[in-house]
Amino acid sequence: MKTISKAVPKLDHYEKISGAAKYVCDLPTKGMLFGRMLRSTEARAKFGNITLPELPEGYFFYDKNDVPGVNKVQIVLDDTPVFAEGIVEYIGDPIGLLVGSDERVVNQLLKQIQVEYEVLEPVFDPRESKESFFNVNIDKGNIAEAFANADKVYEEKFHTGLQEQAYLETNGLIAEYVDGKMTIRGSLQCPYYVFGAVAQAMGLENENVRIVQDVTGGGFGGKEDYPSVLACQAAVAAYHSKKPVRIVFDRHEDMIATSKRHPSYCTYRVAIKDKKVIGMDIDVLYDAGAYTTLSLVVLQRGVIGAAGIYNVPNLKVRGEARKTNIVPSGAFRGFGGPQTFFAVEMMMTHIAKDLGMDAVEFKLQNAAKQGDTTSTSGRYHFPVPIPAMTEDVLKASDYYNKKKVYQNQTGRYRRGIGASLVYHGCGFTGNGERDLIKAVVKLKKSKDGMVEVLTAGTDMGQGLFTTLNKIVSSTLEIPMEQVIVALPDTDMVPDSGPTVASRSIMSVGNLLMKAAKRLKEEWIDGEAQLIEQRYEHPDFMIPFDNDNFTGDAYPTFSWSVNVVEVEIDSLTGFIKVIGAWGCYDVGTPIDEQIVMGQMEGGFVQSLGYGMMEKMEAHNGWIRNSSFSDYIIPTAVEFENLHVMLHVVDYPNGPFGAKGAGELPNVGPAPATIDAIQNALDTTLNKAPFIAEDVMNFLREVK
Amino acid sequence: MSNSVKFRLNGAEMTYTENPAMRLLDALREGYLLTGTKCGCKEGECGACSVIVNGQLYNSCLVAMGSLEGAEVMTIEGFSKTERFAVLEKAYQEVSAVQCGFCIPGMVLASECLLASNPHPTEEEIRVGISGNLCRCTGYNSIVAAVGIAAQKGEGLW
Ligand code: FES
Ligand code: FES
Repeated sequence: MKTISKAVPKLDHYEKISGAAKYVCDLPTKGMLFGRMLRSTEARAKFGNITLPELPEGYFFYDKNDVPGVNKVQIVLDDTPVFAEGIVEYIGDPIGLLVGSDERVVNQLLKQIQVEYEVLEPVFDPRESKESFFNVNIDKGNIAEAFANADKVYEEKFHTGLQEQAYLETNGLIAEYVDGKMTIRGSLQCPYYVFGAVAQAMGLENENVRIVQDVTGGGFGGKEDYPSVLACQAAVAAYHSKKPVRIVFDRHEDMIATSKRHPSYCTYRVAIKDKKVIGMDIDVLYDAGAYTTLSLVVLQRGVIGAAGIYNVPNLKVRGEARKTNIVPSGAFRGFGGPQTFFAVEMMMTHIAKDLGMDAVEFKLQNAAKQGDTTSTSGRYHFPVPIPAMTEDVLKASDYYNKKKVYQNQTGRYRRGIGASLVYHGCGFTGNGERDLIKAVVKLKKSKDGMVEVLTAGTDMGQGLFTTLNKIVSSTLEIPMEQVIVALPDTDMVPDSGPTVASRSIMSVGNLLMKAAKRLKEEWIDGEAQLIEQRYEHPDFMIPFDNDNFTGDAYPTFSWSVNVVEVEIDSLTGFIKVIGAWGCYDVGTPIDEQIVMGQMEGGFVQSLGYGMMEKMEAHNGWIRNSSFSDYIIPTAVEFENLHVMLHVVDYPNGPFGAKGAGELPNVGPAPATIDAIQNALDTTLNKAPFIAEDVMNFLREVK
Repeated sequence: MSNSVKFRLNGAEMTYTENPAMRLLDALREGYLLTGTKCGCKEGECGACSVIVNGQLYNSCLVAMGSLEGAEVMTIEGFSKTERFAVLEKAYQEVSAVQCGFCIPGMVLASECLLASNPHPTEEEIRVGISGNLCRCTGYNSIVAAVGIAAQKGEGLW
């Protein structure tokens, strides 16, 4: 292990554990107005008159007519309105915002508002939707020829459901308008996304907008695009009322109104010759929900990963994100990857079964190697350590033995074991870093030698501040105490891009390391110094062509192998995970314990995705809108969970590090379903697969 | 009959005279400005609002102020001044068990209650002991390890 990887106490440890850390909901509320959204109760409708009760003094209602700039939230496309304009597109679509000094009065008044709706026909199933938001296609090799030459062609459909980020701290912000300047502070991942959105909606010049992150209680993607929406709404109220406006969601509102993981429907056709995959022909359909938000980029990742880690010479993928009248889906750790990786991993196990091969053997035989072409005809430039990692995980889990023993079971309790082999592309897709983000970081040294790290990077629990500090202090060879990483404030920090896409260490961290190297060379005692570092595109990358979707989609990939073992009670359907093993290659960890914590946390979220977390939109209503009916893992479900790191230096990352945060959310779910299908001696095609599904299955086979 | 509720909060005598139906959680955060107690759901499911009442772990979102006559309430602010906290704090730090931190004050109080009733818990007992507290970040392994370390290092304290 490298010296830098040795764990240090996290910088925010004490203030958090002692309860002293101030999240946005903890800030003093004196003189503030509390805001609560008027939300649509119809899935699709025109609306006319809004009848308000008499509002006491100091209570105000704002809607689309009060937006001083553009009534659109800047995300990728600008179709999400700040407040609905005459038509609502999902249950929960914000129509207006009621604010006042007493939260309880605001809630009472809100219930008395009446909206006249003219109901329109909604669409809830993306397969029936006629409205396509985005198409992303891959066309590699000669798919017709591959299928003509195949020994056998397999075809199957797969489905994955909604998943809720379920960060423990709900979305919340405070907007304040003072002397012509709008300040937004609160729980958020991407200060400069919020910045751009607020400037546009409020019609304010950049110098009159300021975004500050408060201590943030988890994000997982759920605070990537959504705070932009909420900030614009809060800003409108602060602008007109001239008072600070605080909006902090309760759990129910957070669950019905904020973005989720996209549900997916995939159809795979796979051509096999001599037990090798020679072609895949894939339809990927993501349910975007009512507005486009981040669906384009989520879909791109899904399409790129649709062929899994396999070397597929002939590949066609038709990806589409369609509109439905449910709450928009957006970013969720893994970002489009978990859906198609689930499909391809299940598909490969089913083919292996038909070929009479062990699934892992079949997968390894088809896995890509360093130098092979990627799904977008780019290249795997760096080592693909999948075989070694697989060996480690299979050994630790005693996979082959168990697989042998778990055949032809008939008793009440049936066991199964399953595996998945996956990757996550590090950083923004394609030329995103170069053309869209154009990251800038700064190091500011004071006369007394304190070094301030200036980036827009946010820490929402993943330990980024500690990690960035380690990168800078280790490079400068100074103690960590001499380096300051503070919560970002757009008045102080340059735009180093959003904290998403497993890019912060690899991209931002790398810029900081370069900056620190320069500072070290130019260091002058007793003088204030400022170093600025700008993004440079790695020159080894094959240029990405956005129109044809070819080239290097990512500079490199993080790899993982997962094994899950279950025991199913055939009387109750109860699925117990009796063991879970994961091996992760995220390059050199900057802090071993932080990385382990990320891997374990993501692992458990993905196990939840596979076998616990079921969220349904029933006629557009999110039925599971509390922790009593949306069940996330507690400490007792996954007690035998083992994470290993496979360390290979990534030469272009700081100290050999590459993308980490999202990787563990990709593989465990398919490994879990593989284990369940092994226990039930069948083939399964959907996630999540919960006790109820086991019972339905057992009833059917009887 | 008096309309006030007398109770002790982190060791100090308190006389509460407002709405007896008020949730302890809200009274702590809004009235006493003790914001270390977090709100994650307000319906008894997440444990972020955990406090100790008469030595037992409670979800403060489910406790009415009116029910606290004579009670001893301890929040993270009070607990963080104790020797036991110092041991737990170090143990959590040793394994980097604090991520976003939102569940952590509740988790620490759950750890305290567990160790108070069972100073040498097995791993399974630790898991059951903190199972009323949701954590979305850590996957729990590190927290379970931290409680185990605290039990060892705090030998004799509990
Ligand atoms: S806020 Fe009390 S249990 Fe969640
Ligand atoms: S540390 Fe974030 S919820 Fe536990």
